[in-house]
Amino acid sequence: MNDADKKRLLREMIFYRRFEDRTFEAYMERKIGGFLHLYSGQEAVATGVLEMAVVGKGKENDYVITGYRDHIHAIKTGAPPREVMAELYGKETGSSKGRGGSMHIFDANQNFMGGYALVGQPFPLAAGLALGAKHKGTKQIAICFLGDGANNQGTFHETMNMASIWNLPVLFVCENNGYAIGTHIARSTAQPSQYKRVDTAYNMKSSQHDGMDIEEVMAAAKQAIDYVRNEEKPYFIEFMTYRFRGHSMSDAKGYRTKEEEAEWEKRDPIKIFSKKLIEAGVLKEADIKAMEKEIDDEIENDIIKFAEESPEPKVEELTRYVLDDNPDPRWIGPLQK
Amino acid sequence: MAETAYWEAIRRAHDEEMARDPMVIAMGEDIGVAGGTYKATSGLFDKYGETRIIDCPISENSYTGIGIGASMVGMRPIIEIMSINFALLALDTIVNAAAKIRYMSGGQLECPIVMRTPGGTAHQLAAQHSARLARMFMSTSGLRVVTPRGPLDAYGMLKSAIRSNDPVIIIEHEQMYNLKEEIPDEEFFRPLEGAEVIREGTDITLIGYNYSVHLCMAAAERLAKDGISAEVVDLRSLKPIDRETIRKSVEKTHKVLVAEEDEAPVGVGSEIITGIMEDCFFALDSQPVRIHAADVPVPYNHKLEKAAIPNADDVYQGALKVMGKI
Repeated sequence: MNDADKKRLLREMIFYRRFEDRTFEAYMERKIGGFLHLYSGQEAVATGVLEMAVVGKGKENDYVITGYRDHIHAIKTGAPPREVMAELYGKETGSSKGRGGSMHIFDANQNFMGGYALVGQPFPLAAGLALGAKHKGTKQIAICFLGDGANNQGTFHETMNMASIWNLPVLFVCENNGYAIGTHIARSTAQPSQYKRVDTAYNMKSSQHDGMDIEEVMAAAKQAIDYVRNEEKPYFIEFMTYRFRGHSMSDAKGYRTKEEEAEWEKRDPIKIFSKKLIEAGVLKEADIKAMEKEIDDEIENDIIKFAEESPEPKVEELTRYVLDDNPDPRWIGPLQK
Repeated sequence: MAETAYWEAIRRAHDEEMARDPMVIAMGEDIGVAGGTYKATSGLFDKYGETRIIDCPISENSYTGIGIGASMVGMRPIIEIMSINFALLALDTIVNAAAKIRYMSGGQLECPIVMRTPGGTAHQLAAQHSARLARMFMSTSGLRVVTPRGPLDAYGMLKSAIRSNDPVIIIEHEQMYNLKEEIPDEEFFRPLEGAEVIREGTDITLIGYNYSVHLCMAAAERLAKDGISAEVVDLRSLKPIDRETIRKSVEKTHKVLVAEEDEAPVGVGSEIITGIMEDCFFALDSQPVRIHAADVPVPYNHKLEKAAIPNADDVYQGALKVMGKI
């Protein structure tokens, strides 16, 4: 990785943190409704994994799918940040035209196949995306990001089995942040090491890595992605990480201690990577400050402005998109009498 | 024209559509090497191979989800669920995913899956193999639900469902797979929407769907012998419902009965009769009647089962009641 790429990746991670911080503010101002799940603390995982995948190239992209903590996965895959923010504001210009909201960001033009609010539901959907890619012979793979909590759903076991027997090119990325909503993994899951749950059980390659060091994430992801793409087989990769904020906005974090949070904050992926880059002479503290200022200006003057000024969906279009809005009468009718 | 059994009609639709479009695949339990529980895919494994006729493990929710995921990238999966009871396991992927993805994505993605499943009672299969459940699926926005009454619709509606861009649930019936009918040799399509008047009459409208259409037809024959002219409407589609065809028939006969094999609460009959109240209340000149199953899990014992599930005589007696003859 050259210095320019290192700087770019650090900038991306800082951007993601600031983006989420700003959504928090907008939520407190009641500009954003519903549920809001922030990614702060886990940036190195999505950034590092997707850096090694095909993203930002439109329909040639690999297929990416995740749960409801989806803003950053969408942006790294190629969704314009202003459209993601506009979606959070419920605007017609949003990623999902204001119909989805925070938990359901979609960008089909970039093969970002959505955020889903049923824990574990993306497992089979991802395997299906991979089945489609394999059937069409496009060499694309599917990448499914979910938390450790999702692994206690039946869809986890069912899908690992089918992905394995059918040799589907899908990378399952487990972002193990230690908590299923507010329940610690030791209290919810018999085998705390998630990668061990698939190797012998489903005859699938798997491994576990530090999820706070982006360079380690990238190295591990490259191996896994190469394997999935070249061997056309699934791989399960687990990253140990931590979310700095609560599960969602209503979470008072009463299930974990301040000491534990402080320990993990020492391993903030942005701090770790900044320190490395400063020590290597790639950039200086002042460069990072300038970067932050530039990011904040971009978020405020472009992204938030776009979201604020965009129109809301028209109420007259309430029932669009329920079914095909222009169905072929040969298949749909009316019945000739 | 050739006399064709219901299962053969389904098989022919699979075969033609798979030959035409390489994106069409079939998924389900025992559909490949074993040939399918109701033979609907028999012989196709040898013709199309294991990547297009996919034998699935017993994991209904996730193999349905895999079909949905594949449909999001251009595949046209036909998913067979061996019994509608087992479709309950797949409600998450059908109802929470397939039915909502087009809407949640603002129309960017679609899920053109077909789910075929028999939903009816057969003979002493007991409570966990006798669910009907049409009423559950017809209450979900974002789905189409259709009920082919015979080989003509079984073939023509499956062809249409495969080509439609919406998720379509096709509810078949264990007692109809061997039903025979003459159908054209050349390719044809039957639309997914639209109820159909399959017997014209002037005195009473009998409305059915799926197997209950046949109960209505049998009752109509008997009523004719009593000098009562019954019109029979096959709903064909439960979502959406063709209220216009129902209204026209009721405005002609002024009397109506709805026959459903399912239990009554929050059911097909409730929905149809409410629609009639809203559309043509003043056309009625007697109280509508619902013929439906008893509100019990379907019993194993054959006498109890017979008592629980409506038959043609129940429809006949119900019609006499509407006519004020009893």
